[in-house]
Amino acid sequence: MTSGAGMRPAHEPPPSRRRLPVSTSTLGQWALYGGTLAVVMFLAVAVDWARLQDKMFRTDLVLDQFPRIVTQAAKNTLIFTAFGFAGGLALGVVLALMRLSTFRPYRWFAAVYIDVIRGLPALLVLIFIAFGLPIALDIRIPGTYGRGSVALAIVSSAYIAEVVRAGIEAVPKGQTEAARSLGMSHGQAMRRIVIPQAFRIIIPPMTNELVLLLKDTALISVIGVTEATKELTRFGRDGVNANANATPLVVAGLVYLALTLPMTRLAGYLERRARASR
Amino acid sequence: MTTEAGAVPAVDLQDVRKSFGRLEVLRGIDLRVAAGEKICIIGASGSGKSTLLRCVNLLERPTSGRVLVEGVEVTAPDCDIDRVRARVGMVFQQFNLFPHLTVERNVTIAQETVLGRPHDLAVDTAMAMLRRVGLEEKRHEYPARLSGGQQQRVAIARALAMDPSVMLFDEATSALDPELVGEVLRVMRELADEGMTMLVVTHEMGFARRVADRVAFIDEGVVLEESPPAELFESPREERTRRFLQRVLERDES
Ligand SMILES: Nc1ncnc2c1ncn2[C@@H]1O[C@H](COP(=O)(O)OP(=O)(O)OP(=O)(O)O)[C@@H](O)[C@H]1O
Ligand SMILES: [Mg+2]
Repeated sequence: MTSGAGMRPAHEPPPSRRRLPVSTSTLGQWALYGGTLAVVMFLAVAVDWARLQDKMFRTDLVLDQFPRIVTQAAKNTLIFTAFGFAGGLALGVVLALMRLSTFRPYRWFAAVYIDVIRGLPALLVLIFIAFGLPIALDIRIPGTYGRGSVALAIVSSAYIAEVVRAGIEAVPKGQTEAARSLGMSHGQAMRRIVIPQAFRIIIPPMTNELVLLLKDTALISVIGVTEATKELTRFGRDGVNANANATPLVVAGLVYLALTLPMTRLAGYLERRARASR
Repeated sequence: MTTEAGAVPAVDLQDVRKSFGRLEVLRGIDLRVAAGEKICIIGASGSGKSTLLRCVNLLERPTSGRVLVEGVEVTAPDCDIDRVRARVGMVFQQFNLFPHLTVERNVTIAQETVLGRPHDLAVDTAMAMLRRVGLEEKRHEYPARLSGGQQQRVAIARALAMDPSVMLFDEATSALDPELVGEVLRVMRELADEGMTMLVVTHEMGFARRVADRVAFIDEGVVLEESPPAELFESPREERTRRFLQRVLERDES
C-alpha cells in the first residue's frame, strides 16, 4: 500500500497493436480503384503466367509437400510455439510481479531484463543460446527443441511481462484494497482477485503475442536442425533448394496463414468483446 | 452513551498523524470508539476523513501515533494485520465488489481464504447476510448487473460475513443516485439498531443525527469537536463547526 486511490487511470487497456481508422476521401478512393485496375491490367499483360505457375505453384510439388508439411513441419512449428509460449508465460508472469514488487532489487532486475531482451533482435538471442552459451559458459541445452524453445521463451517472456504488467495495473486499486480489507494477504489478493481480472484484460494482446511468437519460430531454421525437428520455414526452404522451385515455400506460407489468420481474427473478436463489455 | 471506564474500546486512535510527502493530513487524531458505539465523522472535502478511516485497518499506515483495535495495537511492527483486518469490515464509496465473481462468491471468498470456513458454511453465512440486506435472490448475478444501491448492499453483506467487531463506512452513499441512497442507509440503520460498532464517514447529516451516538467534526487534521448529534448540530461550540454545518445545510436545501 504505497499510493492512494485515484492516482492511476482506471481500466486503461494494455497496449496492443490496433488498426487506425482509415478515412479516405471519395476522390482518393476512385484514384485507388483506378490505380489498382491499372496495376492488374499491367500484370496480366507483362507477367509470364505460365512460368510463374511453373516456378511457384507447381501442382505436383504442392502435392509433394503433403503430408509431411503438416505431420512434421507444422507440428514442429506448433511444438516450438507451445513450449516457447508456456515458458514465456510462466517467466513473464514472474517478471511482471517482480516489476510491480515493492522489493527494489526485484524491480531493477526485471526492468533491466525486459529492456535488454526487447532491445535485442530475437535472432541474436537464439544464436547466442545455440552457439554462444556452449562456448562462453559451457552450457549446452540439449536438442533443437530444447534450444529453440528456451530461446523463444526468453524472448517472449520480456514482451509477455509487459502485457501482464499493464493488465495488472489496469485492475483498479480499489480491488486490492477491498481484498486486503477483508484480511486477504498480498499473495491471496493477487491470486484470487487481481490476476484473474488482469488475465481477462490481457487475453486479446496475449493472443497477438502468441501470433508473433509463432512467426518467430521461423528463426529456429538458422540453428542446426535435424530432419525430425524441421519447422515450416526450414521445411519450405529445403524444399526450394532440393527442387530449384519456389512452390514449397509458397505452400509453407499458406500453412502459416492457416494458423495465424484464425488467431488474429480471434484476437480482434476478443478485443471488440472486451471493449463492449466495459 | 460514552466510553465505559475499564472496558477495552473497539477502536482507539492515539495522537495519529499521517503525512503524504510534505502534506500533513492528520495532525494528531485522538478518537475512542466503545464497543457498540456509532460514531459519525463529518468534515469538509479533503479534511482527511478517508485517511483517518483507512488508518484504522492500516490501508494507510500512520506516520506516527498508535491505533488499537479491540486492544490490539495494529501499528505495532509485529502485528498480524491480516488477522485484524478480518475483524474490521470496510465499505467503500465505490463499492469495490469483485466483478469477476458472482454475488455469492463475492461474499464467500474471504470467508474461505481468510477464515478457513468450509464451503458449505461460507455459503450458508453468505445467504444469511444477503437475506439481511434483501438480496438473496441476486446471488447468482454478477455485480455489473446490479444497481449501485444493490452493489453497495452486497458490499455490506460481504463485510458482515466475516463477523466483524467493527464496521467502517467511507461515504457509502456518495456514489449513488439520489433515489438509491435510502435503501443503503436503511441497511446501515438496521445494522446500528442491532448493536454493531460503526465508524461512519458521511455527508448525510440526517443519518448522523438519527443514528450516531457521537459526531466528530474533522478540521485541518484534528478532531475539532466531538459530541452527541443533538448538541453538535444544535449548538456547536466551535465557530468553524458552525460555518461547516451552515454550508452543508445550504447545499442540502438548494
Ligand atoms: N495516497 C495519497 N497520496 C497523496 N495525497 C493523498 C493521498 N490520499 C489522500 N491524500 C490527500 O490527503 C488529503 C485528505 O484526503 P482524504 O481522502 O482523507 O479526504 P476526505 O476528507 O476523505 O475528502 P472527501 O470528502 O473528498 O472524501 C487530500 O488533500 C488528499 O489529496
Ligand atoms: Mg473521502
